[in-house]
Amino acid sequence: MLLNASGCLDALATPEVARAFDAFVTKTVTPLPREGNDPTRIAETDHGLLNSIGLQNPGRERFLAVVLPQLRGLGLPIWVSVGGFSADEYAETCSRLSDVTIELNLSCPNVDEAPEAASEIVAACRAETPLPLYAKLSPALPDIADVARAAQAAGADGLSLVNTIRGLALDDETLRPRLARGAGGYSGPALKPIALAAVYVCYRATGLPIVGMGGVSTGRDALELIAAGASAVAVGTALFTDPGAPHRVRADLYKAAAALGFEDPLAARGIAHAPASQLALSKRTTNKTPAYTAK
Amino acid sequence: MLSRGRHSVLANEPVGPYRLLRVERGRAEPGIPGQFFMLEAPGRVLPRPMSLCLAPPGELDFLFEPVGRGTRALAALEAGDELAILGPLGNGFRLDVDRPLLVGGGIGMAPLPYLSEKLGGPPAVLGFRTAHHAEAAALLPGSEVAVEPGLVTELLPAGHDVLACGPERMLQAVGALFPGAQLAWEAPMACGYGACYGCAVDLDGTYKRLCVEGPVLEAAACS
Repeated sequence: MLLNASGCLDALATPEVARAFDAFVTKTVTPLPREGNDPTRIAETDHGLLNSIGLQNPGRERFLAVVLPQLRGLGLPIWVSVGGFSADEYAETCSRLSDVTIELNLSCPNVDEAPEAASEIVAACRAETPLPLYAKLSPALPDIADVARAAQAAGADGLSLVNTIRGLALDDETLRPRLARGAGGYSGPALKPIALAAVYVCYRATGLPIVGMGGVSTGRDALELIAAGASAVAVGTALFTDPGAPHRVRADLYKAAAALGFEDPLAARGIAHAPASQLALSKRTTNKTPAYTAK
Repeated sequence: MLSRGRHSVLANEPVGPYRLLRVERGRAEPGIPGQFFMLEAPGRVLPRPMSLCLAPPGELDFLFEPVGRGTRALAALEAGDELAILGPLGNGFRLDVDRPLLVGGGIGMAPLPYLSEKLGGPPAVLGFRTAHHAEAAALLPGSEVAVEPGLVTELLPAGHDVLACGPERMLQAVGALFPGAQLAWEAPMACGYGACYGCAVDLDGTYKRLCVEGPVLEAAACS
């Protein structure tokens, strides 16, 4: 299953891009409208993109009354990214939603965070909704597997891994931060190994469904996240470069998986955790013998 | 509907300190003057937004100044190289004006040659930092040129429908003189099609996406 990463696509502006995904994930919705951060909001680095958009969104009431009904018209499953500044704020938004999957944005690097631990927010939301609940975690957590386990114990149905990681870029001439807010969230190719590591340990720690994301721009990237334990993959920054990315990533994912002997990409889920002997066995079931095992 | 394709470079020519990147048009539409395209910058993570400078048959020509990593990568392209181009995007100039006057500042003159062609060659005033930069005025024959310390705002006759593109301070000054002017702005942009919210500009007190609302805006809307 292929999704967009939250905040990386406006489905109403370009519905044809949204429909290339299996579900649409909204930009994060907060209880009150947010103007977002002052510009400059984005800065490219050699290997990624820094952003500090600051959760610009129309707020919960307008989202529920105007935006969500329009999104339903896309005919796609909708995932609502829920944000807030306290557990109660998250929980209230969750209580108002129906017929969507909820992704709790517990990790925006561009706004002040809620004081509660991720697991407390998940528990508060779990108490308010029977809807599928995914916890989106930061790769900057000291022990992300520990937080993932706590989120699972608090009732999370799945994990979204990972959000951007905080980074800073300085202007060539002035040596001052290029973003108005100073630091921002770092995404793009540089995030991929970080995302892989997070998915790898959280799959092992929880066994939960995982939406893997971070630096996905090719089918191979998506396959690697699946191999690490993702059950779905989201495309973010690559959309900015190429709105055709979802079609391309999907087609290449099937090719990349088939080239390694997997009939379906999801058959490769968790294969990174398999013992080497088992991996060699699975290789032998394909017609091609990889060069490195030939002796 | 977004349109993105790969295009061959026909030529990449110096124009003063600027470059005129000429690419094969292929199936792309040139769009309305003032609209823009996202050009793949080889080796960079993000494409770069550029308005169309000229649209000769079979070509799309972009004028830019190599000032950063992306524009330097574009300046290094040679005939026969390929790059991906997305567009046209955004809202261009309204062409239903009675007495057009084109005003450009520096590399902001980029969309004016194509705009001039569509408007039948109206008067134009261009401002540049140096005589070297002013060599680009050759792309807009007949234009009046101010070189710093001279300013374009000192050369603008009254009673015209101004269509302008240039640095922010020039646009603010032009907008103050001509509240009905159409101004083409720029902002750092990741996607160019409304996805990233990176190109926020303050319009009537709220942040709007320049790629969706603009890049051409009525002066009166720009606070």
